[in-house]
Amino acid sequence: MEATGDSDAIAVERTLAGDRDAFRVLVERHSPNVFRLAYRMTGNQYDAEEVVQEAFLRAYQKLSQFAARANFGTWVYRIAANYAIDRMRQRKSEDANREPAPRANDDGIEVDAMSFVPDSAPNPERLAQSEQLAEHMRRALRQLTPAERTAFVMRHWGGSGIEEIAEALKSSSSAAKNTIFRSVQKLRRALEPFVEPRGQARSVGTES
Amino acid sequence: MNHPNEEDLIAYHGGDPAKREVIASHVADCLECRAELTRINAVLAALSSLPVPDPGADYGARVWQKIAPRLPERPPRRWWQLASSSDLAAGWRAWLEPRRVMAWAAVATIAIAAFIGGRYSKPTVTSNETVTADASKIRERVLVMAVGEHLGRSEMMLIELGNAEPENSKQKEVNISTERRRAEDLVQENRLYRQTALEQGDTALAGVLDELERVLLDVAHSPGEVTPAQLDEMQQRIAARGILFKVRVVGKELQQRERTAAPATMQSGSGTGERNKI
Repeated sequence: MEATGDSDAIAVERTLAGDRDAFRVLVERHSPNVFRLAYRMTGNQYDAEEVVQEAFLRAYQKLSQFAARANFGTWVYRIAANYAIDRMRQRKSEDANREPAPRANDDGIEVDAMSFVPDSAPNPERLAQSEQLAEHMRRALRQLTPAERTAFVMRHWGGSGIEEIAEALKSSSSAAKNTIFRSVQKLRRALEPFVEPRGQARSVGTES
Repeated sequence: MNHPNEEDLIAYHGGDPAKREVIASHVADCLECRAELTRINAVLAALSSLPVPDPGADYGARVWQKIAPRLPERPPRRWWQLASSSDLAAGWRAWLEPRRVMAWAAVATIAIAAFIGGRYSKPTVTSNETVTADASKIRERVLVMAVGEHLGRSEMMLIELGNAEPENSKQKEVNISTERRRAEDLVQENRLYRQTALEQGDTALAGVLDELERVLLDVAHSPGEVTPAQLDEMQQRIAARGILFKVRVVGKELQQRERTAAPATMQSGSGTGERNKI
């Protein structure tokens, strides 16, 4: 991790010194991670890929501001989160203007064509159940506001700290905490009927 | 304790350790809250299972192909160009600040001492040893003095930041822009001293300066005005690193080194330097 940080710092210095190919190292190293964040935030591959590209373009343009920062990965992650919020807001307003009929499968459940991932579960019934649950989860995530979704993704999938989230949301720490709480609360309300806690109440500290 | 509310339980995993401990001990004895926490965890666990498509091993290369044609050319920096400011005049003013000039002067003195040491290292074995030892002493003393002063300024800034607080309970933001500006300056100096210490083989000093740099960067990158909660978090982060204590210890060590190095500077070949003692 330290070695990656050092090598990132060298790549940044070389880029700033005019060696454009040095930036390639940073792009290739951090793209998959930024993609995971962007996909979880936007919910589709097309937008996620756009967020990734835009994040690195912005990072390149602002690189001189980064010069003294400690971690390039965290920095570009935050740029991506910032842009993804704008992208989601734009999408929401486009969707509101267009009032699209959601694509639906035979059961009337909305389908996100880009998010099918092969499931290795052998049982067709289980497969259907897990796919249904996945659809419920995608729908619940779509119901969150861009800020709530960003806060949730950064906190629970990205492991980001409150300050980092507050910076991405351009809000105070306490507002960011509140946004995280609201997002989880909404997801609970939407998903609890479909999610069964495993076994009885477990003791604290055993959760993953 | 009373039953934790939903917000406490949701924040349980990432919350502050003290609060987490209190909730954990309550939940261990309270079936109702344990069940509630289990339901929250079940939803979070289900969401964690939501897959993300694998973009492929060559994804980074594909991103590069897409963005490379859109990247503007960046002209190589020249010595007069600044790393982080497009405002040349402001930059010069910044670099000509007395403190920074002092830092550069210290490093320049070290370089000159090194040059002299090398220049006169040929004639005889005896004079070689003598002059090199003198140059080494000068280098070390200059570094010790300059870093000692730098640590003193850093300590003062950190103490002031540690003592900052809202004037009353209604104040929503605390202005720390002065500390932030000082941290920005100190970061530049610190980097210079850290690199010099490394070049001098003083890895212990370089290590402490590296830790200090991280804290200074944290302050330098904070907003000029922070909420009391943000300030509290920042103060806790600084306290958790124990940097103030380390800075004080190193400062004392440097004073000691300065005292012992001073009389020896005019003597020749008296010792092998005191690097890595901190």
